[in-house]
Amino acid sequence: MTDREIMEYDVIIVGAGPAGLSCAIRLKQKKPDLMVAVIEKSSEIGAHILSGAVIEPEPLDELLPGWRDNPPSICLPVERDEIWLLSQKGRRRLPTPPQQKNHGNFIVSLGVMCAWMAEKAEALEVDIFPGYAASEIRFTEEGAVGGVIIGDMGIGRDGQPKDTYMQGIEIHAPITIISEGVRGHLSKQLISKFKLDNDSDPQTYGIGMKELWRVPAGKCKPGLVQHTTGWPLDSKTYGGSFIYHLDKDRIAIGFVCGLDYQDPEFVPFEAFQQMKAHPMVSEMLEGGEILSSGARAIAEGGYQSLPKTEMPGALIIGDSAGTLNVPKIKGTHQAMRCGILAADHVAETSTADGFDAKLRASEVVKELYKVRNIRPAFYKGFWRGFIRAAIETVTAGKLPSTLSIHADDKSLNKLDGYTPPDRKWVDRKLPPRDRLASVYFAATEHDEDQPIHLQILEPEICTTRCTVEYNNPCTRFCPAQVYEMVEEEGGRALQINAANCVHCKTCDIKDPYQIINWVTPEGGSGPNYQNM
Amino acid sequence: MSNILIIAEHDGTSLNISTAKCVSCAAAIGGEIDIAVFGSGIDAVAAEAAALDSVSKVIAVNADHLAAPLAVNWAAEAVALAADYSHVFGPSTTLGRDLMPRIAALLGVNQVSDIMAVNGPTSFKRPIYAGNAIVDVEAAEGAKVVATVRGASWKATASSGSASVEQRAATSSVASHTRFVGMEVEGGERPDLQSAARVVSGGRALGSEEQFALIYSLADKLGAGVGASRAAVDAGYCPNDMQVGQTGKIISPDLYMAFGISGAIQHVTGIKDAGTIVAVNKDSEAPIFEISDIGLVGDLFNVIPELENLLG
Amino acid sequence: MKILVGIKRVVDYNVRVRVLPDGSGVDTDGVKMSVNPFDEIALEEALRIKEAGNADEVIVISAGGDECQQQLRTGLAMGADRAIQIQTSESLQPLSVARAFLKIVEREEPGLVILGKQAIDDDNSQTGQMLAALWDRPQATFAGKVVLNGNTAAVTREVDAGLETIDIDLPAVITVDLRLNEPRFVKLPDIMKAKRKPLDVVPLDELGVSIDGNLNVGHHAPPAQREKGIMVEDAAQLVQELKNRGLI
Repeated sequence: MTDREIMEYDVIIVGAGPAGLSCAIRLKQKKPDLMVAVIEKSSEIGAHILSGAVIEPEPLDELLPGWRDNPPSICLPVERDEIWLLSQKGRRRLPTPPQQKNHGNFIVSLGVMCAWMAEKAEALEVDIFPGYAASEIRFTEEGAVGGVIIGDMGIGRDGQPKDTYMQGIEIHAPITIISEGVRGHLSKQLISKFKLDNDSDPQTYGIGMKELWRVPAGKCKPGLVQHTTGWPLDSKTYGGSFIYHLDKDRIAIGFVCGLDYQDPEFVPFEAFQQMKAHPMVSEMLEGGEILSSGARAIAEGGYQSLPKTEMPGALIIGDSAGTLNVPKIKGTHQAMRCGILAADHVAETSTADGFDAKLRASEVVKELYKVRNIRPAFYKGFWRGFIRAAIETVTAGKLPSTLSIHADDKSLNKLDGYTPPDRKWVDRKLPPRDRLASVYFAATEHDEDQPIHLQILEPEICTTRCTVEYNNPCTRFCPAQVYEMVEEEGGRALQINAANCVHCKTCDIKDPYQIINWVTPEGGSGPNYQNM
Repeated sequence: MSNILIIAEHDGTSLNISTAKCVSCAAAIGGEIDIAVFGSGIDAVAAEAAALDSVSKVIAVNADHLAAPLAVNWAAEAVALAADYSHVFGPSTTLGRDLMPRIAALLGVNQVSDIMAVNGPTSFKRPIYAGNAIVDVEAAEGAKVVATVRGASWKATASSGSASVEQRAATSSVASHTRFVGMEVEGGERPDLQSAARVVSGGRALGSEEQFALIYSLADKLGAGVGASRAAVDAGYCPNDMQVGQTGKIISPDLYMAFGISGAIQHVTGIKDAGTIVAVNKDSEAPIFEISDIGLVGDLFNVIPELENLLG
Repeated sequence: MKILVGIKRVVDYNVRVRVLPDGSGVDTDGVKMSVNPFDEIALEEALRIKEAGNADEVIVISAGGDECQQQLRTGLAMGADRAIQIQTSESLQPLSVARAFLKIVEREEPGLVILGKQAIDDDNSQTGQMLAALWDRPQATFAGKVVLNGNTAAVTREVDAGLETIDIDLPAVITVDLRLNEPRFVKLPDIMKAKRKPLDVVPLDELGVSIDGNLNVGHHAPPAQREKGIMVEDAAQLVQELKNRGLI
C-alpha cells in the first residue's frame, strides 16, 4: 500500500532517448489504444542527450517513413569520411575501414532529433513528461517490476522537506521499459537485483566529451566526418576523436576514451583539450566560440557484456543494456531498433517474457556479434589491437573465439610501482581553459539546496586508502570537477560540488572501490544541452 | 534642439547620486536640461539639483501629498510638465523604474529602459538578456522619449553649476487609492550587496569563517557591501545570500575587490558589469587577472592588513 | 474576486544567450523556452491568495503566437483555472501589451492583476506600471510581500533603500520580485488535468488595440569584453591607483 498518488498506464517508459522514444512511437502505431507514458529527468527533451552523432537512417525509415521530407533541424547527409592517425604535430591519413564508411548516413544533433521524435510521439498521444525523475522501481507484491516511483521534489540539503515539497507520485504499469541510456541508475539496481549479468561479461565504458563550436566562415566543411586516433593518447589507452562538420559554421568536436585506462593520474578532459591543440584541429577552431559542451559515458562492451534484458514486468533496452556498435561508434540505430523490437513484442504479447530471446536473434545482436572482438583486441595495446581489429573486420567476426571484456573499475594501476607514460602534452591556448570553464557551457543546473546525488557509500576510504593507493582519481576523471580534495583543519576532505554534475556517470563506473553511487537528483536538474 | 526634463530622486533631505548620473546622460544628448523635484519641504534638494553642471532650471513642486515618492502622484505632476519637453528621464533605480513607465503610458509612448550609451538624440544603447546583448534602440521621429538611465554606465556630473529654481504648485490632487505606510531601511550599517556602490569579496583562500572576518573588516573600512565566491560559501565561511556569481547575485558596483578568488567564469558572470574590478590573489595564473582592471599578485593575509593601515 | 496573471514565453534563464553573428538578434535556434521566472512567482502568489479563500478564479493570460499556449498550459497545470491567449504574430512592445491586457481586464473585471516585475528577455519592466496607468488604478511594483485586507492590500516593496510598504485599494496591479515566494512544482496528474481546462484564443485585432510601437530595435552587439588591466606591486600602489581613479 502506498500513500502516494498513483497514475496508471499500460506501458511506462523511463528515459526519452532514441530507444525509449522509438518504443513509444511504435507502441502507439501498433496499438493506438494503449496508454503509454515516457518520463524523462531532464527539464526538456534533448537537454541531457549528448552524442556525436552520425546515424544510420534505416530504423528511422522504418519507424517514420517520410521523415526525410521533414527532418529534424540539424540533419546533414555525410559527404566525406576521413580517418587520421595523429602524432604531436603531424598526421597521417588512414584508409577508411568499412564500418566507418558513412555514405547514406546523416550527421545530426541527437538532442534535436529526440525533441523532434518526442513531438511525433505526442502527436500519437504518448504522454511525455520531462522534468520528472524516476527515482525508484515500484515492485508488485509478487516481486515483479510494476512501474516506477517519481522522486520527491523540494527536499533540502539536510533531507528535510522545504516549503515547496511535493511528494513524487507512483506510476503503475504492467510493463516498464528502462531506457535510461548508459549506466542508468535504475538499470544498475535491476541488473543487480535480478542478476541479469550472471551470464555476461562486465560492461565496459568510454567517456565521451563533446563541444559544439561556431567557427569563422570557411573553416567548416558541411558533411565532412573526421575521426582521429593516436596522439594525445598513449598506446595503452583506447580512444580517439570525432569532428563532424555541420551547417551554419558549426562543428561538433568530441573525444572518447576507454574507461579501462590504467594511469591513475590521467585526466580525460585534458586529453580532449590536447587533441584540440593539434595543429590540424586548432586551425579549424581558432577564432571561434564554444556554443555548448558536455560529457556522457558510452557503453563499449557490446555482445559479451549484454545482460539479460528482460525480467518480470520490465525490459531494459538501448544503451542501458549496451547496444552500441564500437567500431562504427554508432549506437542510435541500434537503440532505435531495440526500442522498435521491444514495442513489437509488448504489443504482441503484453508481457516482458520472451523479449530477450527475440533480441538475441535480431539484427541488433547480430551486428554486435560481428564486431564483438574489436574492442577487447585493444587490451593488448594500440598496434596489436589495430591488427586484430583488421582481421576481425576482414573475417566479419566469423572467427570462432570470443575475447572477454574486463571491468573498468579494476583496471586502474595503483600509484606504487607505476610510471605513467611521457605524454608529450603541450601548452594549449584554446578555450575552455579548465573543467570549470567547460562546465559553464553545459549550462548544468542543480538547486544547491537538495541532497547530494552522488552517494559515497564508504567515505572513510576517500581520505585514507584511496589517497594512498590512487591519489583520489575522481578528482581527475570527472569532466565537471565535481570532486575536489580540500585542505581543512585536521587534514584533507572530499568536497562534492554536486551542482556541477553533467550526469555522465563516469564516477559511478571508474571509481576503483565502487563506492560512488550516482542517484537521480531532483527532476529537471542537470545539463541543458542545446543542439548537442 | 532637445529639451530634457529629469525627474529627481531624493529622500526628502538630499539628492540621490542617480540624478547627477541622469544629467550626464542628458548632457551626452545635448540641449536644455531641466530637473523637476517633487516632494514636500524640498528646498535643500532643489538647491542641490540647481548646483549640478549643465542644468538650466530646477522646477520645484512642493506639496504634502508628494512627500512619499508614490508613482501615481509623481507621474501626474511629470505629465503636467512634459508638454514642454522632448525627453523625460529618470534614474533606473527602483524609484525610477516604478515611476517612469507610468509616465510613458500616460504620454502614449514606450519607454527606453536602462540607457547605457547615447548614439544621438533619439538613439540609445541598452542591455537586454541580463546584459548578454546590447541593442540599439531608435525612437520614432517626433515621439516623446521617456527613458530610465542606467547608473552603472554613467558618472555623476560635477556640482559647479548654478541653475535657477522655480517654484510651481502641484497640478494634481492626491490619488486616494494608494497610501504610503512606511519605510524600513535595511538593518545594519553595511550596504546591501545587491545595490552597494563598493563591494569587498572573499574566496576559499580565506581558509575559515574566523579568517573571513578580514573581509568584513576591510569592507567596513570602505563602507562597502560584502560578497563571496561559491567556494567560500560552500566551505561555510559565510551565508549563501552573500554569494556573487552565476548561481548567486549578479551585481554591478562601481568598485569590486576580490580577495583570494580565482575568477572562474561562473563567478565573473556575476561581476561582468562592475565598474572597476580589483583582484588580489597569490596565484599569478588565476583567471581573474585576465579581466581585472587592477591586479595584485600577493598574499591576502598581508595585503588586507596593509590596506586597512593605509586607509587609516 | 478574479485574479488575472500575465505570463510571457521567454528564453529559459539557463540558456547561455548569444548574439547572432550578423547582429540581427539573439540566437534562439533550438533554445529552451519557458514561463518568465517572475511570472511564475506572480502565478504562485495568485494561487496562494485563492487557496486562502480570497479569490475564486485565477486566469492566466499571455500575448503571443500559438507557441505561448505551451506556457499557458504550464500555468493551468500549476493551478490556474482558465487561460486566455491574446493571439498575435507581431512582436509587441510593452505599451501594446498593456493596452491589450486592459481590454481583457475590462472584460473580466478582476480584483487584482499580478505580473512579473520584468521579462528576462527584454528586461523592460514596464508592462505592469503601464497597465495601471491606463486603467487608472494603483500600482505596487517589486512586491516582496502581499497582505490582503478585504478591499485593500498592504504591499511591501523591495526598493533600493530597504522595504517600503504601501496600502492600495483594489482593483490594482501588482508586479512581483524574486523574494515574494517560491513557486510550487507541478504534479504530474495536474499536467493531465490542465489539458482539459479552458484555453480561449482571442485574436489581437478583435480587441481593437493599436499596436504602433514608437521604438525600433536595431543592431544587437555582444557585451564589451573585459580586458586585462594593470598590475600593481603592493598595497600602497593599489591604494594610490584607487585614489587616482576617484574610487576611494
